[in-house]
This record gives sequence, structure tokens and C-alpha cells, in this order.
Amino acid sequence: MSTRRETRLAFWFLLPSAVVLLAVVGYPFLYNIWISLTNWNMFHFRDPSWNNFAQYGYLWREMTDFSGASDFWRIFLKTFAWTGINLVFHFVLGLSAAMLLNQKLPGRTLYRALLILPWAVPQYISALTWRGMFNAEYGAVNLILAKVGLEPISWFSGEFTAFGAAIITNIWLGFPFIMVIALGGLQSIPEELYEAARIDGAGPVRRFFRITLPMLKPVLMPALVLGTIWTFNNLNVIWLVTDQGLPADKSHILVTYVYKAAFFYYRYGYAAAFSVFIFLVLWMIVRMYNRVARTEAY
Amino acid sequence: MRRAWRQVWLHLGVWAFVLFSVYPVLQVLTTSLRPGDQLYSTELNLIPDNWTFDAYRIMLTEKPFLLWMRNSIIVALGTALIGVVLASIGGFALSRYRFRGHGAALQGILMTQMFPATMLLLPLYLLMRKLYLVDTLGGVMIAYVATALPFCVWTMKGYYDTIPVALNEAALIDGCSPLQAFVRVTLPLSAPALVITGLFSFMTGWSEFMVARVMLNSKELMTLPLGLESLFTTYQTEWANYAAGSLLVSLPVVVLFLLLNRYLVSGLTLGSVKG
Repeated sequence: MSTRRETRLAFWFLLPSAVVLLAVVGYPFLYNIWISLTNWNMFHFRDPSWNNFAQYGYLWREMTDFSGASDFWRIFLKTFAWTGINLVFHFVLGLSAAMLLNQKLPGRTLYRALLILPWAVPQYISALTWRGMFNAEYGAVNLILAKVGLEPISWFSGEFTAFGAAIITNIWLGFPFIMVIALGGLQSIPEELYEAARIDGAGPVRRFFRITLPMLKPVLMPALVLGTIWTFNNLNVIWLVTDQGLPADKSHILVTYVYKAAFFYYRYGYAAAFSVFIFLVLWMIVRMYNRVARTEAY
Repeated sequence: MRRAWRQVWLHLGVWAFVLFSVYPVLQVLTTSLRPGDQLYSTELNLIPDNWTFDAYRIMLTEKPFLLWMRNSIIVALGTALIGVVLASIGGFALSRYRFRGHGAALQGILMTQMFPATMLLLPLYLLMRKLYLVDTLGGVMIAYVATALPFCVWTMKGYYDTIPVALNEAALIDGCSPLQAFVRVTLPLSAPALVITGLFSFMTGWSEFMVARVMLNSKELMTLPLGLESLFTTYQTEWANYAAGSLLVSLPVVVLFLLLNRYLVSGLTLGSVKG
């Protein structure tokens, strides 16, 4: 335990961050909980009033309506698919790129710089660029497909392909982050471990699963937690690539759905309740990760 | 012979990645060079026929691009500066001291990322209005610091965790105050993490759009993302200008990334979630 004088230093060191975060995130968060308990919408814009958890009741009815009239489960499962698919590709591509760049390779500083490019370009610019590239008539993706003799795809007319377009965009955006984290981790693995494994007759696959992955786990676990949260709540990519949910609001995930409900249909109370729900889902996911990480401690 | 093949495969792999990463950026370049009558083209040439720098000339001389740039530089540099100061001290407190609420603070930092950020906009706007910070660059700067801070504190804490405590303790025994020990011993050793923190904060300020749109109304205060959006008018989209603008916007960040390239890899050590 630290001495009192030192603890005082810790207090002053944390205070500014705490003030900023409480003001910009904490206060609006609590305010949202209040909004979620009111009937604030287009018709009660000036006079929102308390309405006894009615928004949560509404949400609950949507969750338990299996007649097909409610989009809830489709959007909910789509969000998990979105998060899962993106993370798998981010980690597989990021790790592969890192392992390639960790080899002795002429010009690897240049390659590393080029591979970081998707991270360096501002996200909204990349998202709009990819939307243009998926344009059915003039987009580069279809022109290339035609060049190699494949059928062009009308990306934003189908629910499935629109979702695919957004996923491809986000994979592109996100893999350099994992690559950089993995590169840092790879460089700290002592070469002797591999030497020893080689002498013991372990092949490359075995060396990867027995040395590389376990040694990277401490740096990759936090990235996985953060990546899950960021991807789950990634509004920009879906919103911009599918142009606000094309085709006909079919490509939403939870956050874009909430955004549309709040700022296009002015259902603030409902959107606030829905946001609290999203928060709780993510909170449970992170708790689950922590539990897994703890039981697997070695 | 085997070694030679290995090199070939390695290069093929890397080039596949390079193509995937670079191609979309080249697309923007191509669009920016197109003359006005060829914006909808089905050519795949990287350099279009009759290419022209017109869009760049228009962006730099006819549009208030330099004004947007000035505003964005103020906001992004301010965010980076405040972000680095707050994260470097906050992360240090979390890395070196165990106090009541330590675990809760770490969890709280992670939780800030879990609530859909756009829903925070409305209450934030109301709060900023009370503080007379609406339509000021300072107001958006505070919002951006808060956006980048959780990641930055986490990065700093993770990096401090890897620096031996003994160094700090030695300084204390030599008669430094805790503050001096931090500034003179730990901080200089943390350069890579400080670079990451600064870069991440800078990028947040440089490319954020939603908060800026809600908080800034004056034309004179428009930042680059708002400026670029203004090129999408109801009647037409100035694609070539937009593409030229996008490249001009991306260039400074890309240059920063290249300059700081070697710090990136060593500085990005996120600490564990659990204290």
C-alpha cells in the first residue's frame, strides 16, 4: 500500500481526467437514463413527462414479439454477426501481416508504412470512398469483377450484400490496429524460445500455437476487449457505407438503429432506453471476457 | 533454393496486403485528378485521361479550405496537448498506486466506451450551452479530449506497467519528490506511449464529425470534416473537389504516422483490464 503522501499525488493526477470524463460522458449518461424514463418524442418535444418505464416495456414487447412484425432479433443477431466477423478478420489479417513484417524482408519499413495507411486516413473519408467503390455502375469493385469475368453485384439493393460491403470496409479499416499491437508483441518474444522448440522438433504450426499465440495473449486480450466494444458500437461505417441503412433500413445494427430512432424519428425516450440496453449487453460481454481470462490464467 | 522460394512467398504475401491497403487510397487520387466532365467514368486507369489539378486549385483558392484547416489544426493540436498531459498523469496514478476505487476507476474508463456515443450528444449540447461553450473551438476540444482519453489513459497505464518500479523508487531514495521522480525518471522513459497518446488524440480532433456538427454553427469555425461535408449539396456532389480535399486532409495524418512509425509498434501496450 502506498503512503498517504503518495496517494495524495495519485488523487491529483487522476482528478483532471475524472472531471473531464464525468462531465462529457458521466453526466450525459445519467441524463440519458432520465430521458429513457420519459415519453420524450416528436409529440412531446417541449413537454416530456415521466412515463413509468413505458419505453422499457415497449422494448420488452419488441423483444418478445416473434410474429415477424418486430425487427429486434434480426438487428440484435446482426450486431453480433457484425462484431464477430469483423473481429475474426481483424485478428487473422492483423496477425498475418504482423508475422510477415516480422520476417527479414528488404524494404519492410516501407511495407509497414503502407499497411498502416487504412488506419491513418480519417474514417469518414475511407467509408465514403468505399461506398463509391461499391457503386453498382461506376464503382471500382464491380469494374474489377467485370474485368475478371464475374457478374457485377448490385451491392446496396440486397440486405446481404449491403452488409457484406460494410463488413469489407470495416475489415480494411481495422486490421492495421491489430497488426501494430501484434508487431509490438512479436518483437518482445525471445528468439531462444523458437530455437529451443526447433531443437525439440516442433514444426511451424506447433510453434505458432505453443509459443507465438500464448506469448501474444497478454497484448491481444485487451485489444480484443476494446475491439469488441468499438466494433459493436461502430456507427460511422454502417451508416456511411450503406447510406443510412440501405436497402430500406435493412442493414442496421443496434447503434445505427438507435441513431435513426433518435435523430430521424425523434423517438428520444425510446432511443435512450434502447441505448441503456446496448450498454448492459456490452457490459455483460466484457464481464464474460474477464471471467474467461481469469479462469485461463496460467 | 528453399530460402529463395520462401522470399518469393513472403513478398507475394506482403504485396497482397499492400495492394489491399493502398488501392482505395489510389482511388481517391484518381477521382481527384478527373476533369469535371468525366466524374462518372468506367475506366480503371489510375491516371485518368486529360487529368488536371483543377480540383486542388479550386479547394485551395476558391473554397475556405485553409480556414477549415486552421480550425482543425487548433482543435487537433489542443486535443493532443491536453490529452497527453491528462493521460500521462492519470495513467501513472493507475499504474503505480493502489487506492480505494482503483479497480472501479479502471472499469469506469472501459465503461465510457460502452454507451452509444451519439446518444450522449444531446445532453452534452445542453450542458455545453449552460457553460457558454457551444459554438466555440474550446467546447469541441473538451469533447474530443474525453473521447480520446479512455484509450490514452489505458495505453499510458499499460506502458508504465512495463517500466520497473525500482527506477522510480531509486529516484525517491535519492531525495526526489514523487512528482519530480515522475517527471524526471518515468516520463522520459515513456516516449513511445506518449507519442501514441498524442497521435491518437490528434486524430480524434482531426477527423471527428458528429460532435462538430452539433456544437459548431458558425461558418468561420467549421473544421475540415464539416467543410468536406459542405461539398455534398442537395443538387450535386462535387466529387473531384471532395476527393482532392480528402487527400489534403489525410496527408498530414499520414505524414505524422510515417514520422512516428517506429514509436507506434513499441508504444502500443494496452494494460490489462483488471488492475
